[in-house]
Amino acid sequence: MAAIEAEGLVKIYGGGKKSKEVRALDGVDLAVPEGTILGLLGPNGAGKTTAVRVLTTLLKPDAGSARVLGIDVLHKPNEVRRAIGLSGQYAAVDENLTGRENLAMVGRLYHMGKAAAAKRAAELLEEFALTDAADRPSKTYSGGMRRRLDLAAALVVKPPVIFLDEPTTGLDPRTRIAMWDVIAGLVKGGTTLLLTTQYLEEADRLADSIAVVDHGKVIARGTADQLKAQIGGERLQIVVSDRDRLAEAAELLGRMGTAEPRVHEPTREILLPVSGGAQLLVEAIRELDGLGIKIDDVALRRPTLDDVFLQLTGRSTEDEEQAGPEFGEGLEPAQAGQEGAVR
Amino acid sequence: MTSDTLAPPVPLGGNSVLTALHDAWVVTLRNLRRMTRIPEIVVFSSIQPIMFVLLFAFVFGGAIPVPGAGGATAYREFLLPGIFVQTLAFTAATTSVGLADDLQKGLIDRFRSLPISRSAVLAGRTTADWLQNLFVLLVMAVCGLVVGWRIHDGFLKALGGFALLMLFAYAMSWIGATIGLSVRTVEAANTIGFIWIFPLTFLSNAFVPARKISPQWLQDVANWNPVSATVQALRTLWGNPDGYGPAAKMPWPIAHAPWVSLFWSLLILLVFVPLSVRKYRSVSA
Repeated sequence: MAAIEAEGLVKIYGGGKKSKEVRALDGVDLAVPEGTILGLLGPNGAGKTTAVRVLTTLLKPDAGSARVLGIDVLHKPNEVRRAIGLSGQYAAVDENLTGRENLAMVGRLYHMGKAAAAKRAAELLEEFALTDAADRPSKTYSGGMRRRLDLAAALVVKPPVIFLDEPTTGLDPRTRIAMWDVIAGLVKGGTTLLLTTQYLEEADRLADSIAVVDHGKVIARGTADQLKAQIGGERLQIVVSDRDRLAEAAELLGRMGTAEPRVHEPTREILLPVSGGAQLLVEAIRELDGLGIKIDDVALRRPTLDDVFLQLTGRSTEDEEQAGPEFGEGLEPAQAGQEGAVR
Repeated sequence: MTSDTLAPPVPLGGNSVLTALHDAWVVTLRNLRRMTRIPEIVVFSSIQPIMFVLLFAFVFGGAIPVPGAGGATAYREFLLPGIFVQTLAFTAATTSVGLADDLQKGLIDRFRSLPISRSAVLAGRTTADWLQNLFVLLVMAVCGLVVGWRIHDGFLKALGGFALLMLFAYAMSWIGATIGLSVRTVEAANTIGFIWIFPLTFLSNAFVPARKISPQWLQDVANWNPVSATVQALRTLWGNPDGYGPAAKMPWPIAHAPWVSLFWSLLILLVFVPLSVRKYRSVSA
């Protein structure tokens, strides 16, 4: 039995006379085996948060059913609430309470005794490196500390199933990596975890399997490797020194790749799907050198999940939002053959 | 991490009423703690009523005659019950803003994902606001005593008056809860609070005898206003002048003010407690 199961979830917003109907969820099926991490990956507005809200009993779907540990989310919400921990999109901590008080309050709401709640709070503060700040009002915390406190609040009763909605959105790169270590540690104990993210790198790093969500639908699922295999091959990534020669270089490289190169003007980057490996890299550099085109940087890399997203939807995730931390990976697709890709 | 030993899901607390009370009390403590962390909240919430007492007592006091009562302190004695009720009516806004704030910050989501009683968050908020009101009332009463307001009819009736007043405040708080969960932003909660509470409290006998209000239909509205009933109840129970001479004929709701006030408060609770709990069950930030 999967720890989290959902079939045919539909949630529709609007649709009245004035507002356009938005299908936030449009028939979502999910199954997360016990003790694994599912990454729900998609851009803003894809429906990730709506899915989490349905699974955590916060929102009633218009259609479909879902179970957590076999307990029906719609019919026995309070029993589901006993089995789950939720860390939402914004760190939901009471700013006026200290870190310790926040955690103790949650413990008390789970009907732990005063002493037990205090003990558990101390344990969690220690685990999340918040002991030094434990007795300061949480409004004085940094973004990363708040997130850790929020995550700690979701773990007060050591729930077997945890939902993390964009746990690292808005964190600086260093704090994100620290957060990843914390999250990766959670499942070691057999916890089942559903994680939403718009960061491809994050899903790649943390999730056992990934469901790519777009416009309320799961458009692809599998392990990170399976998804990458869908578009096959490696990517040759070259940064040209002289912007004026970018087009020339792209044309030259285009003949060497397995598909059209993508060119990103602002970063003077060319991204080319290739199959020749290191030998091709050498040839490419030699050819460019032969024409006197100087390069600043060159790399041969495995495709990222952003490449997957682009392949699946014809859009880069970043068409719909500002660039994530993996700036430069989500290149704009080239004009040729990519209809609707460029806005 | 220590999650290698998974705790079993916390079992249901045996008695659901006790569970609800426990959960509500935990949330109440959380809200009260906020008041001790930001003492400005309590300070400012008592400055306004003090200001009102002083302004009305000294600025309008001489200009508004109270029929049936004489003496320099007559208007002040008339006024104080009005100020009490008006100030506590504004609890509705306090409650709305508090809940809207929790909603905006995602705290309501956190609470809703916990296996706690569905009324706990609202009961915890309204109870904390109620306790804050007790303090504000104490401050106002002391201030009133200083400017010459007195209670004349003995301890039991005095207590009855305070009980009606605090019940009314609690009822208003639940109207505020419903509004706070409906508007969902702090700014809107603030604005809307003032839009309806000001007319509600001014279109009453709180500051001037209702008999002076015209046209007649507006006077009728004022007479049936829950605020008027509560104010008149206090004046009756405390022996404060009510603006009606011994021979004057009182409108029915004013003549039976303590019962009418009780009726209004209970009716408000009966409507708005279930309404706000229902809103809470499905609210989203």
